[in-house]
Amino acid sequence: MQATSRNFKDNAHRALEDANLQKAMGFVRTGFIDKRKAAADALPEFEALRDAARDIKNHTLANLDRYLERYEAKATETGAQVHWCTTAEDARETILEICRSVGARTATKGKSMIAEEIGLNDFLERNGITPIETDLGEYIIQLRKEPPSHIIAPAVHVTQDQVEADFRSHHKALPADRSLAEPQQLVAEAREMLRQKYLDADVGITGANFLVAETGTSVIVTNEGNGDLTQILPKIHIVIASIEKVIPTLEDLGVILRVLARSATGQEMSAYTTLSTGPKRPDDPDGPEQYHVVILDNGRSAMLGTEYQEMLRCIRCGACMNHCPVYHAVGGHAYGWVYVGPMGAVLTPSLIGVDQAGHLPNASTFCGRCESVCPMRIPLPKMMRHWREREFERHLNPPAWRWGLKAWAFLARRPRLYQALTGLQVRLMGLAGRRRGRFASLPLAGGWTEHRDFPAPQGRTFQQLWAERKRAA
Amino acid sequence: MSGERSSTARGQILGAIRRAVKRDGTDAGSAVERRLAEHPEGPRVERARLPHEALVALFVEKVEAVQGSVARVDSPEALPEAVADYLKRHNLPTALRVAPDPALTDLPWQEKAPLLSVSAGRAEAADAVSLTGCFAGVAETGTLMLASGPEAPTTLNFLPETHLVVLRESDLVGPYEEAWRKLRAREGAEGPGGALPRTVNFVTGPSRTGDIEQKIQLGAHGPRRLHVLLVADGEG
Ligand code: SF4
Repeated sequence: MQATSRNFKDNAHRALEDANLQKAMGFVRTGFIDKRKAAADALPEFEALRDAARDIKNHTLANLDRYLERYEAKATETGAQVHWCTTAEDARETILEICRSVGARTATKGKSMIAEEIGLNDFLERNGITPIETDLGEYIIQLRKEPPSHIIAPAVHVTQDQVEADFRSHHKALPADRSLAEPQQLVAEAREMLRQKYLDADVGITGANFLVAETGTSVIVTNEGNGDLTQILPKIHIVIASIEKVIPTLEDLGVILRVLARSATGQEMSAYTTLSTGPKRPDDPDGPEQYHVVILDNGRSAMLGTEYQEMLRCIRCGACMNHCPVYHAVGGHAYGWVYVGPMGAVLTPSLIGVDQAGHLPNASTFCGRCESVCPMRIPLPKMMRHWREREFERHLNPPAWRWGLKAWAFLARRPRLYQALTGLQVRLMGLAGRRRGRFASLPLAGGWTEHRDFPAPQGRTFQQLWAERKRAA
Repeated sequence: MSGERSSTARGQILGAIRRAVKRDGTDAGSAVERRLAEHPEGPRVERARLPHEALVALFVEKVEAVQGSVARVDSPEALPEAVADYLKRHNLPTALRVAPDPALTDLPWQEKAPLLSVSAGRAEAADAVSLTGCFAGVAETGTLMLASGPEAPTTLNFLPETHLVVLRESDLVGPYEEAWRKLRAREGAEGPGGALPRTVNFVTGPSRTGDIEQKIQLGAHGPRRLHVLLVADGEG
């Protein structure tokens, strides 16, 4: 997927003016937050499980080489074919070779953010293999030729009316006067359209939520059942997983599953959690004849041992974006790449470079909600701050910004001058904004006031108030 | 060639990890071996540590909370009637695709449910209703644990619109830890060369999606209806 993270500011501007998007984002605000809270509150051990989940991943990351080796050994022993890939290009080539080995013309796909990360669909298409997304959200955005805007709900930016319009314009063979007014009718139509595709596909490609080292097993977690149909019907099942997906044991899987769905959708368990170990056994009546696992690094090993290592604990639940006021306002596309919201703001610069994605860590109000809901207790705001510091050191900020910070630093070192100037400014602003209590626009702060008001100050600075209270006491 | 590319990449990736985690060769990886051998349990979840009857009640409550349904059946012989009843009540087709498991195929179908047409095998696209066994039920979340094998094709769990599952009460467990223990104890799963079944499905309610404006719809790609026939078999 081509990154446009560099244009975050323009992207965000457009997003704020997009009425459909703003309507769709309203459902995120109301949908996910209450459900997560109810699920977390209903399990007394939830906080202890979060601690345990964090510790499991920390232990695994400290021994990542060993767990990967153990995973590979066990997977191979049970008949899996394991392929290691350092880059996105390696992974694409590897997958293409497997597809070509059976003369594949179509490949069904379960939802996989890694497949998005490596731009798999376009690549397969260019090489004569038609990729078919089967997750409803992915199917919708494939029709719309759009990237995902959320890691677990990729079409969260699309309204029901838009889905209806897309289905009408793409499913031309169906009667034009059919009713599609109800969501259930849209779901049924997608189900119908994809049925035969599952059966015809030569290859099924899924991601993996986890790789279990103990048993050489890959695990997917879904609600629709599309991932399962994708992997049991074709001759070949290809799993694509990044190196940090490995966890030690089945018990560890149980601990993390208990926090995953609750954090993601507020379910206690997603409808389907599927463990796959090797290809179909000789006496099995169904299942894939070949089972390939592509293990991808693509920049992750370089995060180990740095201040961003903790990001590798992420289990892609989406809670951080569901609770992020910036994400609510601008949606996922503004982030310009696969990973969005707070986790994207940390991960994207790590994977594609801070020069490409330096704006993202600034897209934060540092309200801390992301960290407070992250099941893996990833200190997202701290890591965003690290990126800001790095960006500043490397002078990647625009000159006006750097000049502003320098001017502030000059004043901050001269308290009398600082107080005099801020006192004057606050008094003036207090007078000017007295009537409405807020400014709809302010010179030099147009970027702020275009989409929100700036509250008018009361006429005195914090320092003045402090001094008065001290005198009064 | 992909084989060569893979082994070069393998060396690079593992090398980069070792440098980053500062592996110095003194530690023999004993913490890793210990964890794999002992597979320690995480925090104890109390909810499902219950006596049998209460466990059954919790299981039923949890399945219903995710839009599944449960019927209690007194004995395996009563299954054909219970199945026929359910299909009739929901106005569903009478052609039933049954897992090729003698415990299911040998039931008195002809005698007790003559209106059903029963065939055994994996699911095909046209099959509307399936009936399978179940390796375990996990009361903690109302989850069914289905393990693939010669007598348990996975397609039956996903292709038909209606999935009926026979769960014996003695296969009901409380928390996930008990489910893992049961899976490990399964023949051939433990020890060198041991393997889990090709597919283990944890199924919690029927298929669903929230992809259209976050409104939950059932029957996205997998079954629209999930019905559990919980058979008393002397436990509790
Ligand atoms: S950073 Fe945490 S909250 Fe965000 S997706 Fe990852 S695990 Fe979930």
